[in-house]
Amino acid sequence: MSEHMKREAVARPLIFEIGSPESRCVDAPALDVPDVDLGVVLGSGARSRAVRLPHVTEIEIARHYQHLASVNFGVDSGFYPLGSCTMKYNPRIDEWASRLPGFAGIHPYQPVETVQGALGLMHGLQEALGEISGLPAVSLQPAAGAHGELTALMAIREYHVANGDARKRVIIPDTAHGTNPATVAMCGYSVTQVPSNDRGGVDLVALQAALDTDVAALMLTNPNTLGLFDENIAEITGMVHAVGALAYCDGANLNAILGKVRPGDMGFDAMHINLHKTFATPHGGGGPGAGPVCVNEMLAEFLPGPVVVKDADGTFTLTTPARSIGRVKAFLGNFGVLVRAYTYIRALGAEGVTEVAEQAVLSANYLKERLRGAFDLAYDRTCMHEFVLSGERQRKQHGVRTLDMAKRLLDHGVHPPTVYFPLLVHEAIMIEPTETESLEVLDEFVDAMLAIAREVEEDPEMLHEAPYTTPVRRLDEAAAVKQPDLAWKPAE
Amino acid sequence: MRFIPVSCEQRETMLHAVGARTVDELFEVIPASVRLARPLALPPGMSEIDLAAEIEALAASNTGGLVSFLGGGCYDHYVPAIVDDVVSKPEFFTAYTPYQPEISQGTLQAIYEYQSMICALTGMDVANASMYDGATAFVEAALMAARVTKRHRVVVSAAVHPEWRAVLDTYAESGMIEVVTCPAEWGTTDHAALAALATDAAAILVASPSFLGCVEDVAAIGTLAHDAGALLVVAANPILLGVMEAPGVLGADIVVGEGQPLGNAMSFGGPGFGFFACREQFIRQMPGRIAGRTKDVDGRQGFVLTMQTREQHIRREKATSNICSNHALNALAAGVYLASVGTVGLEGIGRACIAKAHYLRDALIATGNFSAVSDAPFGNEFALRYDGDVGAMQHALLERGFLAGVDLSRFGDEFAGMVLFAVTEKRTRAQMDRFIGEVVSL
Repeated sequence: MSEHMKREAVARPLIFEIGSPESRCVDAPALDVPDVDLGVVLGSGARSRAVRLPHVTEIEIARHYQHLASVNFGVDSGFYPLGSCTMKYNPRIDEWASRLPGFAGIHPYQPVETVQGALGLMHGLQEALGEISGLPAVSLQPAAGAHGELTALMAIREYHVANGDARKRVIIPDTAHGTNPATVAMCGYSVTQVPSNDRGGVDLVALQAALDTDVAALMLTNPNTLGLFDENIAEITGMVHAVGALAYCDGANLNAILGKVRPGDMGFDAMHINLHKTFATPHGGGGPGAGPVCVNEMLAEFLPGPVVVKDADGTFTLTTPARSIGRVKAFLGNFGVLVRAYTYIRALGAEGVTEVAEQAVLSANYLKERLRGAFDLAYDRTCMHEFVLSGERQRKQHGVRTLDMAKRLLDHGVHPPTVYFPLLVHEAIMIEPTETESLEVLDEFVDAMLAIAREVEEDPEMLHEAPYTTPVRRLDEAAAVKQPDLAWKPAE
Repeated sequence: MRFIPVSCEQRETMLHAVGARTVDELFEVIPASVRLARPLALPPGMSEIDLAAEIEALAASNTGGLVSFLGGGCYDHYVPAIVDDVVSKPEFFTAYTPYQPEISQGTLQAIYEYQSMICALTGMDVANASMYDGATAFVEAALMAARVTKRHRVVVSAAVHPEWRAVLDTYAESGMIEVVTCPAEWGTTDHAALAALATDAAAILVASPSFLGCVEDVAAIGTLAHDAGALLVVAANPILLGVMEAPGVLGADIVVGEGQPLGNAMSFGGPGFGFFACREQFIRQMPGRIAGRTKDVDGRQGFVLTMQTREQHIRREKATSNICSNHALNALAAGVYLASVGTVGLEGIGRACIAKAHYLRDALIATGNFSAVSDAPFGNEFALRYDGDVGAMQHALLERGFLAGVDLSRFGDEFAGMVLFAVTEKRTRAQMDRFIGEVVSL
């Protein structure tokens, strides 16, 4: 980490605490129309007291954010094997494309004849995602994965309602992401959780017991959050359909199976795709992402509108499906993210897209093989794009927790894997290398993990205090909750 | 193009290490019956040079260089050069959610500063780290109000953005809330109707300016809401909050809005971001991430994501929302924007938008082709009735290089004949005079 980030003796001041009241950066343009008396125009709606914003010159802004960037870690800073998040490289051609004035400068209410390029791009992306998922009807409107989950589940509910079939429950496995149960609740359904079997897949006996005509859907990630492909998938979706329920695929792990197997062909009726995972759009420190929803013909008419259609004469127009659930977002979706994903897919082509899955899976299996022995494997099977280790041995024998080891990785210049998830693995360490890391980087990671495993045995106390070299060390999260300081306030 | 830095030889080394002869062996865990037995039907890959040319041609096929009076929730404001410079720093845009605070202080401090700025604009105590957009923030405010008040029904003004209302209706299908409409008279909420509907409501939701640009009497609506024990949710346009009163001062309990005007490109309507702020006593019912300031083990100032027991990754089905990814990078842009313009710049930009909107409205009415829809006070946006065929008028003006407002009939027959015009600080008097000249010559 010391190569990447510097520790500083004093904390960086807040942007509110630098500059002087006279400091200015961007001024309003000279007023070329008659001024208005805001007190008259806005009446009681006029501002009574000036907004206290920072007052800084441009160099102060440039240095402030340059400093903040220097104490932040991104994919460009180093290895980021954050399981289930697919932190792959973000190609710069995609960034460039999204900023072209013809894309960045257009308004969603422009006449369609003035935005044929944008609509054509969206249509092309709909087609590509339909082909990749095997679920041909696509809505690009959802803004994120969880938003896509909610959209798809709403379409499923609408489908049942249209059949006069009010159902009440949604089944999720115990390996599910937290967004799955939260989405189920937001959709007005109750959650039924089913356990995993000893191979890390869905327990079919438990699933059968949970299934009845009250079940609206099963939400499943496949490969699941253990990085394992559920071999019983056709049987599972068949069992779900047998009671009239629908099968929903959480697309968080699509990177593993691109061009190899399609959720539609596994029997899923609907899925969402995280463009910010599989299709290389950047995570932005938390977002924006995009969570397009792909469904089969049966659900197509329930998708949110508008979607892009290509007319017989080749022009693109917007239309709302016949029995649409309605809108889930203003305008058309996170278009700037869609541009990046489209550009990425065009860059790779069919062969390149498939190669992504192949290398992602090979790299994960390589790391798994190199790390077996030093750590316990939660499930000793061929994995897909990620795998889960357990730090239980280190905890029991040496009192070192997974959290300690994760924090120690920071001293090695590596972003830690996802930890304590999935919930069913004790002291879980979930590792997803992605396809964009070189063998050298993977080997350096292995060396770091093995070094930490040795430290666990030789000097466990030291690990409780890690990290040592980061800009700040472990933070007092309890104090942050007890005495919340959530916004800077000017001195009265 | 390919973004895989592993050579064929290295691939063999890796295969050897895992004990497989081919990569396909690793996929044999997938039953053959469901495996894809053919290549994907996608076009072949391209070189960066060919791809750039193709993408550039696609972008160029969208009509450029138009003088725009389009608004309705997405606006053509100036974005300072420093904003894109900051959000282009890879340490920001290639980072994940700051779950490892020791190496995410940049994102976390920037969010904390952003939250502080949103609180300053809105007059609220706390703000979250952002939502997807104004519409979903508006919906989350309704859901939160229902949790806070333990009431089921929300009253929403008919004067809010029709697409926001549509999103609210979509979410309400879950049965978690019931949505009733309070009538409005051309962009201004009917207070008498509101008083009657407020009883037992969880919240009253209004926008000021409203969809048609009108400034609502937020203080009076707040009194109505609070008398009935309901929360007041106000949707605001943040770029006007340098000149418009902070909704918190007027009695708002939750303030939300679309943040795109603050330093974000229009980008065909997304990604912008939703801002979400509320009074401190409601914080445990807030959706989304929140950054807080604390200290590390050495006593050094630092920032963390806090109050996470509200969130889906901890609380699962009992979470305040299912939101996970937000629009952090867009919120970062807004933070840089607000730092760039500062107090004086934001006030000046708000004033310029309002002065120019008033100039254009007066001039359009003076042509005799347009008439007023409402006499209510307005800000950067206003609706007028056109004496003629709106579609034909807009088409003719498009040919002369103008995007002549939003044809409101797209939102329903009740808007037939009406056009919504928005004016930003980027529009010049010369552009507006030329536009008026073209309108007169139609």
